Amino acid sequence: MTDLKNKAARKSGFNRRDFFRGSGAIAAATALQTQTAEAIQNQSPRVISGETSISLNVNGKDHQVKVAPNTTLLDALRYQLDLTGAKPVSSDGSSGASTVFVDGKPMTASTILALQAVGKKIETVESLGADAVQKAFVKHDAEQCGFCTPGFVMAVRSLLDKKPNASKEEIRGGLNGNICRCGTYANIVEAAISVAKGGN
Amino acid sequence: MAVYSWPSREATAVIGKEYDRLDGLAKVTGAAKYTYDVNLKNQLVAVALGCPHAHCKITKLDVAAAEKTPGVVAVHIFEHAAVGSEVQWQGELLAVVAAESEAAARAGVDTIKLEFEELDVFTEDENLDAAEKAERTGKGGGKTELEREPGDDDDEDEFIEQEIARLFKASKYVVEGYYGIDAITHCCLEPHGSTVEWKDGKLVAYLSTQNVSGTDEGFARDLKLTSDDVEVKCDYIGGGFGSKFAPDYWAVAAAKISKETGRPVKFLLSRDQELKIAGNRPSGYMRVRLGADENGVLTIWDSHHWGTAGYKGGGVSQTVMPYVIRPKNYRRIATTIKSNTAQSRAWRAPNHPQACAMSQTAIDDVAAKMGANSYDVFAANLRAGNVDSQHPDAANTYLAEMARGAALIDWKANWHAHGKGKSRGSIVDGLGMALHTWGGTANNSDCRLKISPDGGVESFCGSQDLGTGTRTVIAQVLAETFGLGIRDVRVNVGSSKYPASGASGGSTTVGGVSESHRRAGQDALEKIFELAAKELGAAANSLEAVGGKVRVKGTDKAISWKKACTLLGLKPLEVTASYKRGDQSTLSSSGVCGVQMAHVEVDKETGVIKVKKFVAVQDQGLVINPKTCKSQIYGAMIMGIAAALYERRITDPKSGAFVNAELADYKLARLGDVGDLVVDLYEPESERSRGVIGNGEPPAISPKAAIANAVANALGVRVPVIPLTPKRVLDALAKA
Amino acid sequence: MKAFEYASPRTEAEIVDLLSAEPGKTEILAGGTDLVGLMKKMIVTPDRVVNIMDVPTLRSIDELPDGSVSIGAAVTLDDVLAHPYIDIYPAIKQAIRGISSMQLQAQGTLGGEVCQRPRCWFYRNGDGLLSPDVAEGANEFHAILGNSGPAKFVNSSRIAPALIALDAQLRVVGPEEDEQFVPVAAFFRSPHREGQREHVLEPNQFVSHILLPPIEGRTCATYEVRHGEGPDYPLAAAAAALQFDGFGIVRDANVVLGQVAPMPWISQEAADVLRGRKVDEALAETAGQAAVSRATPLSQNEFKVQLAKVAVKRAILLAAGYETGGF
Ligand SMILES: Cc1cc2nc3c(=O)[nH]c(=O)nc-3n(C[C@H](O)[C@H](O)[C@H](O)COP(=O)(O)OP(=O)(O)OC[C@H]3O[C@@H](n4cnc5c(N)ncnc54)[C@H](O)[C@@H]3O)c2cc1C
Ligand code: FES
Repeated sequence: MTDLKNKAARKSGFNRRDFFRGSGAIAAATALQTQTAEAIQNQSPRVISGETSISLNVNGKDHQVKVAPNTTLLDALRYQLDLTGAKPVSSDGSSGASTVFVDGKPMTASTILALQAVGKKIETVESLGADAVQKAFVKHDAEQCGFCTPGFVMAVRSLLDKKPNASKEEIRGGLNGNICRCGTYANIVEAAISVAKGGN
Repeated sequence: MAVYSWPSREATAVIGKEYDRLDGLAKVTGAAKYTYDVNLKNQLVAVALGCPHAHCKITKLDVAAAEKTPGVVAVHIFEHAAVGSEVQWQGELLAVVAAESEAAARAGVDTIKLEFEELDVFTEDENLDAAEKAERTGKGGGKTELEREPGDDDDEDEFIEQEIARLFKASKYVVEGYYGIDAITHCCLEPHGSTVEWKDGKLVAYLSTQNVSGTDEGFARDLKLTSDDVEVKCDYIGGGFGSKFAPDYWAVAAAKISKETGRPVKFLLSRDQELKIAGNRPSGYMRVRLGADENGVLTIWDSHHWGTAGYKGGGVSQTVMPYVIRPKNYRRIATTIKSNTAQSRAWRAPNHPQACAMSQTAIDDVAAKMGANSYDVFAANLRAGNVDSQHPDAANTYLAEMARGAALIDWKANWHAHGKGKSRGSIVDGLGMALHTWGGTANNSDCRLKISPDGGVESFCGSQDLGTGTRTVIAQVLAETFGLGIRDVRVNVGSSKYPASGASGGSTTVGGVSESHRRAGQDALEKIFELAAKELGAAANSLEAVGGKVRVKGTDKAISWKKACTLLGLKPLEVTASYKRGDQSTLSSSGVCGVQMAHVEVDKETGVIKVKKFVAVQDQGLVINPKTCKSQIYGAMIMGIAAALYERRITDPKSGAFVNAELADYKLARLGDVGDLVVDLYEPESERSRGVIGNGEPPAISPKAAIANAVANALGVRVPVIPLTPKRVLDALAKA
Repeated sequence: MKAFEYASPRTEAEIVDLLSAEPGKTEILAGGTDLVGLMKKMIVTPDRVVNIMDVPTLRSIDELPDGSVSIGAAVTLDDVLAHPYIDIYPAIKQAIRGISSMQLQAQGTLGGEVCQRPRCWFYRNGDGLLSPDVAEGANEFHAILGNSGPAKFVNSSRIAPALIALDAQLRVVGPEEDEQFVPVAAFFRSPHREGQREHVLEPNQFVSHILLPPIEGRTCATYEVRHGEGPDYPLAAAAAALQFDGFGIVRDANVVLGQVAPMPWISQEAADVLRGRKVDEALAETAGQAAVSRATPLSQNEFKVQLAKVAVKRAILLAAGYETGGF
């Protein structure tokens, strides 16, 4: 019997030089280019404790908020900016109800620290404004109590941004990070299909 | 007085037509404000400590450190948590900390020193022997119904035993089985709670509630006020499903803290508290023996079921057994179990889903035993009159709905005898069906209608829109009545200051609000017709309101609605109407059927089940808005899939802890799990003419039995307890 | 969440400086999908949280001179999924797709996925990682292998079995320019006392990169038995990597099970069955059987033995290019 642990080491046998010739250097260079100038400026890490004033870029505007390291982005949005579209449903993001876009990607604001969001572009459901997805939700009655709806709207928007012509199967496979208790899934699928078919 | 009635199908302009819900846009844009979203100036946020143990005696509850935690303003210990008191289930709130922020309140809660003495715990509600041993059982009642012939009336007990034995002996087929369904929680996505404030000695409570008009009294009673001193508001509610009828002691605590501190208080339960204490549905497990004749028509049913509704006992009522398909001869007995879990609350069609899941599975096993088509066995029983349903013409309605369902799911082509389907690799498919019934009587509902001289129509009603489309239905009723568009009327619900309307439970809201608003509408219209009659030189009873006009029937002679309203002079017309539950009316009635059919696939190697297609055929009298009506049914089917395949409360056998009380562990159906859903609204004239009947609950009844039967058909083996998890499927296959 | 300090370093060296050598004092924050929830429930209560998402070197995917692929620990799962370099390692993409939540994929990182804490509900409800109540308690989803010690939870990583099957390594960085390359197969451990982590990192070390050796003609697959859609964990899973000779005979094989033991479970037995043979359904079945031959299920999880067996069988079939016959 071969011992997998030893075998693994033998097969690839990485060493420091190899690694730096490859990943390390290249990675540093390429990734740095993609960093914003502002982020690079702030080189030495500041250790933050207690309450601090920060600026969050939400829905295209900079907002001053007061947060502690243990303040979540969701709480900052809901309690300080009165953006209550994103909902607190699960503490760990399992429901997707707090979905917002962070630099364009769908993430659950309930599991992001407000401090992590500094320098990022945050978009909430309130920023969409008469989006095709929202119209399709209304048309296909894809909301009942509506508590999960903003999260779902964001998820569908994100899926269709990535795959504008998503098929029914892709839609069914791609929206499983959100929970609806009232049972609007069938109508959400219809709403998403209608937008995918109409492009947009 | 007007004769209250609905226009005929041909004459309706708005009713029966699909409309987008009026609050849809508010919901999809995030503009809709739920209780959880109400933040009042200067508010405190409250967080509670839940009891970590399922059964214990509190020996110490020290909140001194919490009171000193930075940001904490008030700490409240619940009466039931005083030292020396016994707590009967995990999660019960013991103390609540109100602070400047949620984080500060949480930090306060974490400093509370709690000590308790552990007491014996029992949460194994499926295990009847263990419950008896632990002395946790009680009598749940029962009934024996046996057809008698002259001379049969000797000794009662003896007769019963002998007659039942005789009936079994005379049966061509006898099935003996065990069936069950676990407890589940309501799991509202918006947890229970409130934001409250006092204004001039009066309480304003933004409460997440299904009972706007009834909860003011709840607050008043506990706070020693009159209900006039309380206003309950709820514009939007994130789910209730039967669990949000009362303020609950935690909202009362919020009001007390608010009074004491002079500041608004926001207090919503945490996710695990929501699952642990704020609503669950009783479990049910049953041993049954049933006999049937050569056609599968039941001749005798003999069942004993048990389960728990929480620490007080209770469980699935024996009165609904056996469910819908009920032979003339039966005996049913129930045993209740006291378990250390929170007391149950009404859950979408109380008792029915469990009764359906336990009994219609047993009936399907008769078909399995006979090697017969389940459809034929259900139909034979209906034809033989083995029916217990609230629908006045049940057997015919079920048969008609079954035929429609069968066509939609292609029953004939897809059917194979139980366990005799072809497999694709390790995947087999199967069909199953179930029937249900429900009342859906209109609830009490008052409303006030205001018609302004400028033609504006505005209504006020202390009902609530749970996401069922109540606002939209009211607008349609009023628009139809006045010949207007639905955007021409303004609908107000969601405040206890409006005329009282019943709680939204029991599928009673659509009937209630349709009654009150149609009545108010017709009364108002009569007055307007009187004024317009003079203007048009015609008799008031020859007028109609259509297309934005008041018109002499059958002519072109008309004035616009606006013009007609100017005849009111300077003062608006105010009309109130009141409907009392039980009032005879052609506007509403009660009693529905409903048939559901499921087509599933099962992977025999893993026990994983997927719903391929699921069909619901549902009657509900007159359909006001087919769009929102269908959504209710889709939702019920999806909730049903969750309960059939995934969700259950899991408790630790030793500690009684509710271990899966977070959404990561409390498994619900996701969007990709639900397959193709088909809803068919059954509304022939015979149904339509019955008036409005609620449908929020009936379609939530059958899914579990229909899916379980489909799985039994696929496997040729009954998986006895729902939800049908891979573990249970594999265990059943291993036993077979 | 308990109050804590927050730091967002820009370099690997700064990360190390900010980490404490004392267990429990500091935590690394990547996507936060796991850590933030744990902190909210006060299961994890660090004094300082070190956010590694702004360290550029941890955020890229590169090819190394020897043909290996290096993935920064803070690369998000959807970036791994989208990257063409990873196409040749289908086992990894299949495992990531299994986490069927776009939010978790966009936010969660590869390093965090590998280092995530166990999904054991005793642990997450505050009873500790090694609660003695598990053995006779609600243990339906607990370990069926390697469970004789105090640890009865299962390692939750969905990607680790694939990484191990592919002989991947981790670059681990610690104080004083300490740098090690640890095979993923040697990274996990089964803790023996409360407070011990489920991996071998010192409190002031962290994973900087995941290194995938060249595929070199191997085929691989991950198969998960999932109760339903969504980010819920599989009931059992397996990854297989196979090396065939020119005649369709298995020359070498790695078979690793997930969700069945406190560590990803390397099955030499299953690999032994495969070596020197041609893969067909019967052989895969035998390998599955071999993989669970030493299973010791707890009071409620006998069924997982069957699921683990099927997962192994199906992972092997997929890796060999066959249909699984199931979902
Ligand atoms: C509802 C829910 C469902 C989930 N479902 C799944 C699932 O199905 N499958 C699955 O695999 N995962 C799942 N996860 C777990 C996990 O969140 C994801 O796997 C994710 O990839 C973790 O990455 P992260 O970057 O968010 O980790 P974080 O939460 O930031 O960190 C996770 C842990 O790893 C440590 N850590 C992070 N990076 C490093 C590093 N570079 N070096 C050393 N330690 C490090 C952290 O300190 C922390 O203890 C789920 C989580 C939730 C909340
Ligand atoms: S609409 Fe109520 S939870 Fe989705």
